[in-house]
Amino acid sequence: MRIFDPHIHMTSRTTDDYQAMYDAGVRALVEPSFWLGQPRTSPASFFDYFDALLGWEPFRAAQYGIAHHCTLALNPKEANDPRCTPVLDALPRYLVKDSVVAVGEIGYDSMTPAEDTALAAQLQLAADHGLPALVHTPHRDKLAGLHRTIDVIRESHLPPERVLLDHLNETTVKDARDSGCWAGFSIYPDTKMDEDRMIAVLKTHGTEKVLVNSAADWGRSDPLKTRKVGDAMLAAGFSEDDVDRVLWRNPVAFYGQSGRLQLDIAAPEPLHEGNSILRGGE
Amino acid sequence: MPMTPTTSPLLTREELDAQLGGAARAWLDEALAEAEHAASHEPCEQPGGPYAVPSWELRYAAAGRYCGLEHADSVRALLLVEAHAALPALTRLYEQGTAAERRAVLLALHRLDLGPTALPLVEDALRTNDTRLVAAAVGPYAAAHLEAHNWRHAILKCLFTGVPVAAVDQLALRSRGDAELARMLGDFAAERIAAGRSVPADLTRVLDLTVPGPAAPTEES
Repeated sequence: MRIFDPHIHMTSRTTDDYQAMYDAGVRALVEPSFWLGQPRTSPASFFDYFDALLGWEPFRAAQYGIAHHCTLALNPKEANDPRCTPVLDALPRYLVKDSVVAVGEIGYDSMTPAEDTALAAQLQLAADHGLPALVHTPHRDKLAGLHRTIDVIRESHLPPERVLLDHLNETTVKDARDSGCWAGFSIYPDTKMDEDRMIAVLKTHGTEKVLVNSAADWGRSDPLKTRKVGDAMLAAGFSEDDVDRVLWRNPVAFYGQSGRLQLDIAAPEPLHEGNSILRGGE
Repeated sequence: MPMTPTTSPLLTREELDAQLGGAARAWLDEALAEAEHAASHEPCEQPGGPYAVPSWELRYAAAGRYCGLEHADSVRALLLVEAHAALPALTRLYEQGTAAERRAVLLALHRLDLGPTALPLVEDALRTNDTRLVAAAVGPYAAAHLEAHNWRHAILKCLFTGVPVAAVDQLALRSRGDAELARMLGDFAAERIAAGRSVPADLTRVLDLTVPGPAAPTEES
């Protein structure tokens, strides 16, 4: 089973996770820029983070045979902090980087005017740079947030087939699919979606333009949830081709719209004396 | 993925022209013209605010997508040379660059008239644990300008992180008669042996090069 996790925050994960993901079949992933749990206080803090997503994190991933790409943006939560909003002016220089395959995560958190501004501006940046957009749907007031998100997308220059609406659930999946956007589902141990509910959604709505991710980060989450969905699909009677479509071909097709996916990563080189990330003295 | 810790030789303009297709060649012509124009029209201040980026620098970032990732280092180095990139632009491209963009800055340093002023970029790369950057940092520019203490630590860094010392320019010349380097290598070997670990073959190779006098091996890597 080959797996592309289209949304996972590896910065917050360990090398054990990379190894377990590789063993489970993960060969490619996209790491969206997002909130770090601790609020940032300046654009420079974002730039160091973006640099890590373009430098150190792909290096770590490659040592485990996993191709690493990223999406960059000012996230919805911090779009409300005027200390952080100058990041919007600096994004053009980052969006030309080779491994940036979308603008994201953008979208709504509390549905404020500042979030309206950042969402519209960043959808335009995506259109200007020939990139798709990864759009986070809010945790609170989700259905209303989805409708407002779709309205802003309709008013933008970015066609819906270049938009992935993420963190969907049973209450938002139909309207999201009717919008023409791609549909993303985050599978979590406690919140968002779980494997069984995901199977039910797939049975009802099919596999077309559906992506499944672990969205694993610094909170309670599981980087192997993609594999668990694949196993649950097979157990529920889906074919291997269905699994491959959801866990590989759909994310490749969506992010491939950037023209920047590089999936021909070499098999892992023999690690330095069995060690991985070389801090010296191994 | 650019995981190889040694770096391929940079191609010349003529070699690139021979290998690139028509569209890529046209893109390269335009990019080099923009770089040349920027070199002869250096603005006193950066126009367009603190985050504005000159167009040739955007091309520097996109080079691999237009000319092939395998040619990105060569194209980026050519742009730097053609733009007569000065330290502020080099520092900006390095600090704002992906690992691949940073590597290309490091690979081009010795072809620019910088004296030792770009050493902070080399020292930054040597502080990373990214073997692509470490390998690119120990090229001809470091051989010419890196002072002895930092150069010795660069050699140790290569041994620690598995960067082949074949990547180190002027290794034999700079190692010859370096008693302090020999001591550091000896201590490192003793630490490995005490820990029950093997001594890297490259360590023995460099240690042999530290022997003083004309009898020492002189072949370059």
